[in-house]
Amino acid sequence: MSTERLKVSSNPHVRSAVTTSQIMAAVVIALLPAAGFGIYNFGIWALIHILICIASTVLTELLYELLLKKPVTIGDLSAVVTGLLLALNLPASAPWWIGVIGGVFAILVVKMLFGGIGQNFMNPALGARCFLILSFTRIMTNFPDIGDGLSGATPLAQIKAGLPVNVMNMIIGRTSGTIGETSMIAIVIGACFLILLGVIDMRIPGSYIVSFVVFLLIFSGHGFDGAYISAQLAGGGLMLGAFFMATDYTTRPITKKGQYLFGIFLGIMTGIFRLFGPSAEGVSYAIILGNLIVPLIEKITYPKAFGRGGERI
Amino acid sequence: MARYTFTGGIHPNDGKALSKDKPIRDYLPQGDLVYPCSQHIGAPAKPVVAKGDHVLRGQMIAEAGGFVSAPVFSSVSGTVKAIEPRRVVTGDLIQSIIIENDNEYTETEYPDPVPLEEMTKQEIIDCVRDAGVVGMGGAGFPTHVKLSPKDPEKIDYCIVNGAECEPYLTSDYRRMLEEPEKVVSGLKVMLALFDNARGIIAIEDNKKDCINLMKSIVKDDPRIYVKALKTKYPQGAERQMIYATTGRAINSSMLPADAGCIVDNVDTVVAIHNAVVNRKPLMERIVTVTGDAIADPCNFRVHIGTNYHELIEAAGGFKEDPVKIISGGPMMGFGIFELDLPTTKTASALLCLTNDDVSTFRPSACINCGRCVEVCPGRVMPKVLAECAEHYDNEKFVELGGMECCECGCCSFVCPAKRPLTQSIKSMRKIEMAEQKKRAAAAAASGEEKK
Repeated sequence: MSTERLKVSSNPHVRSAVTTSQIMAAVVIALLPAAGFGIYNFGIWALIHILICIASTVLTELLYELLLKKPVTIGDLSAVVTGLLLALNLPASAPWWIGVIGGVFAILVVKMLFGGIGQNFMNPALGARCFLILSFTRIMTNFPDIGDGLSGATPLAQIKAGLPVNVMNMIIGRTSGTIGETSMIAIVIGACFLILLGVIDMRIPGSYIVSFVVFLLIFSGHGFDGAYISAQLAGGGLMLGAFFMATDYTTRPITKKGQYLFGIFLGIMTGIFRLFGPSAEGVSYAIILGNLIVPLIEKITYPKAFGRGGERI
Repeated sequence: MARYTFTGGIHPNDGKALSKDKPIRDYLPQGDLVYPCSQHIGAPAKPVVAKGDHVLRGQMIAEAGGFVSAPVFSSVSGTVKAIEPRRVVTGDLIQSIIIENDNEYTETEYPDPVPLEEMTKQEIIDCVRDAGVVGMGGAGFPTHVKLSPKDPEKIDYCIVNGAECEPYLTSDYRRMLEEPEKVVSGLKVMLALFDNARGIIAIEDNKKDCINLMKSIVKDDPRIYVKALKTKYPQGAERQMIYATTGRAINSSMLPADAGCIVDNVDTVVAIHNAVVNRKPLMERIVTVTGDAIADPCNFRVHIGTNYHELIEAAGGFKEDPVKIISGGPMMGFGIFELDLPTTKTASALLCLTNDDVSTFRPSACINCGRCVEVCPGRVMPKVLAECAEHYDNEKFVELGGMECCECGCCSFVCPAKRPLTQSIKSMRKIEMAEQKKRAAAAAASGEEKK
């Protein structure tokens, strides 16, 4: 009997099987329906953008870590998630180098320079998207015609211009927009998968969507117009943002109460941007603004310990 | 009012199937027995025997070193071989009495039992104190101290902790199944001390047979009832247990008695029964020897002082080389690096695993997923506390509730980045407690000077 090679450590001596890379892999899988629909909707260029974005985010992280002689962390798959999310936020008509610039900016500037995984102060994919919109406005806001005779106008832009929209098409996703945002159904299927796995919960998406709807009811001037509200929910990046980007672990509050607050803040900001802003869309800006106030939200929602008021179920 | 559970917690693989159907076997020690003088929280006991003395089974070999302390008794008859420091499960060297077993088990004479009704409360507490009873769930807090709260009238509940929420452990389960009347008798002794108290036997609902058995035994007793708790770790942690059974919440600076509760583990309650009803000191306990490295996992009634080597041999030895051996359960037990250690009053299990999760996984950066916050039964933020601990920021650590941590290990268990959160927080708590002690001592000293 050999007891010379015993391992000794502090308690606990068992660990759950869940790892960071598994969580990231689950997110990638959950994004596949949206990505698949994007390819179906926009054709081969959607696939090319997805591959370019993933390659550029992963390679940027790898090269940065090799050059700075840091441990290589691409195995955690978080760069893949960033690349995929970024691609889903690009118009399929954009030139190929947009994904490269976006991927490098997302990983190098937003993620690695701030300390890598878990340290970035805003969602890398969204940070890169906003950077691209500001730098290449025409490319980023010019959406491809998918053959519905609307020459690439997004449904939200049509609503803003007072034109009628086909809500059913918007829910299925047969509209123009960025690669991954058009199909509400595909996104919700992926989100359900993540919720069932326990990777995300409804706290942020729920409070985000509810507060956004409440904001619309009060300020849109359309009142209880079911078609208008469903069009606003299905249109633009709201679903993708609410389920996949607002729930990004690193850039959302860690406290439960803070998560509700964060969702409400996003709902209100999105409403303000969409109703009163010059552009039809506002999810990206709402979320990165929300990211910036996360430390503040965490500070005011720090939980009370058990026995000091924090025990309620 | 009762909620039957608490907020947070985890569901680890419970591993109890290995040993839960193995009846308790008596194990007689073969080699020398080692009795550390400090098997409890508080002042170490003082040896009252000398090298060469002949002792009997049940004879006191070390007396209590103060009020918060407990005496130690020999569990065999034999000769005192040495009194020297020996290693215990925590890795410390503790002054210990080593007794060579003469294999005769000649018992000392115990006082004649007095019926419970004829004893005064103080006599009952003295009985418990003189029998060396300590909390046998793991903490080792002297039981007579627990039984002497400032205001006994204000105790509403005496809770028998039969949750046994630690994975792999089945000693309390077997005890409740095989000797339920002793558990109930021990609880009745406790209730005799507190006139206004009701007795609760709290058992996790994965032990349905125990719950039914206990219910059938206490059904005619108006003061005792059985509560089935949700199966979840750490359901058996004192604060979580009190909350689940009574809806009262206590924090780190309070005692269970402040919430009108006295909580004792199943084995401790049986020790109280033995001490008061049979007038026998604490000499034995149930130990589960289990894990996938053990040939024949089982539950033993062990003489305190028995060497761990012998227990492994008695369980058929190793069928595979163990990688990790834990004294206690996998969540809060101690990883040990040798087997030449004695069974103490607080050793509930010896767990031998062929796989060590801790060294298999490499810690990586925190991704802020919030799983630790979700599961923390102390309702604090392990991620933030561990950061404070890594930066040695005592002040912030205390301000953010670091001292409310009960070191249950849930945060480290769930962490997908495999960060040793519990370990960081635990070390910081130790440092802070030592500093608080130092500050208190300094304040007391300066107070003296002023006088």
